[in-house]
Amino acid sequence: MAEFKLPKNSRVGQGTTWPAPEGASNVRNFRIYRWNPDDGLNPQVDTFELDMDDCGPMVLDALIKIKNEVDPTLTFRRSCREGICGSCAMNIDGTNTLACTKAWDEVNGDVRVYPLPHMPMVKDLVPDLTHFYAQYASIKPWIRTETATPPDRERLQSKEDRAKLDGLYECILCACCTTSCPSYWWNGDRYLGPAVLLQAYRWIVDSRDETTGERLDDLEDPFKLYRCHTIMNCTKTCPKGLNPAKAIAEIKKLMVERH
Amino acid sequence: MPTDNRPLSPHLQIYRPQWTSGLSICHRLAGVVNTIGSLLVIYWLVSLASGPAAFERAQAILGSWPGLFVLFFFSLALFYHLCNGVRHLFWDAGKGFELDTAWRSGQAAVAGAVGLTVIVWIVALTTGGGG
Repeated sequence: MAEFKLPKNSRVGQGTTWPAPEGASNVRNFRIYRWNPDDGLNPQVDTFELDMDDCGPMVLDALIKIKNEVDPTLTFRRSCREGICGSCAMNIDGTNTLACTKAWDEVNGDVRVYPLPHMPMVKDLVPDLTHFYAQYASIKPWIRTETATPPDRERLQSKEDRAKLDGLYECILCACCTTSCPSYWWNGDRYLGPAVLLQAYRWIVDSRDETTGERLDDLEDPFKLYRCHTIMNCTKTCPKGLNPAKAIAEIKKLMVERH
Repeated sequence: MPTDNRPLSPHLQIYRPQWTSGLSICHRLAGVVNTIGSLLVIYWLVSLASGPAAFERAQAILGSWPGLFVLFFFSLALFYHLCNGVRHLFWDAGKGFELDTAWRSGQAAVAGAVGLTVIVWIVALTTGGGG
């Protein structure tokens, strides 16, 4: 159910300020959420004053600079640094995006960096995505068939059928959309959320998959699918420019059409 | 790794309000206002059925400044819910999900709600309704 206030152990306090190095003329403040599972304290926001003349263009560059030069305990996920792995998804300047593709000079004033919203925390900017991945597994994200595989070739697909997967297959499961969704915040235990529903639709429209009916049966549920109220935060925030809200609407349409 | 006492990351506290999310919560609020407003309509109808004295009293209450104030916001909520409901109908048909379309349809719903409310009140006040 909707719990608008943060639990007592989650209220965010004022943290440490790490001053800019002497002689820095182009200083920007990075205000970053910190939580250490080992010190027993509440989360806090640390302020890092960085010399931007000596920093790469992206927010991820700034985070790596902090980890290298200021506070090596700053913890965050990152891997590809080019927007394809989805590891560095976080809340920057109030919306979810990938730190590696978000330029810090797009942000006015202080750069506020928080973990993906409404998630149980592991440390600093690292949320626990176990439930998100379990929900993804629950939609059986692989091709399921009943007919025998052709012995001499792959399962073929027309160009038109292949085109139906455009705008869906590009999803990198970074969880930006799912954790931007207020419906998911309040009902994430049972609502699948935009990313997983977009993935579900990706298999529903795949012409090679032969369990479309079963897939729709699995989603016919007041919570799994129908907690989407077209708030549109998902589509607005997707760092890959995809449209989960539309994918969800297409599933709802298929539900109506088959009755 | 201990899993108890883990904090929940901030959500409403830090997420930047969006035009579409704002309109969405307004749609829900308008629905609540409409539910309460429909009780007001029932009160008015019951007073009508209860005889001239009760009806006079209801007319006086609803026609007073506080009464008109409440009715104004009820009508605004009603028209917003109606206009945004049309937007939802398009969405149910799978249309209007592109970001700029969703933005502009939201502006249209707000403009429609304000316009209809103003028209109704101009008509109501100039034709002496509520008195």
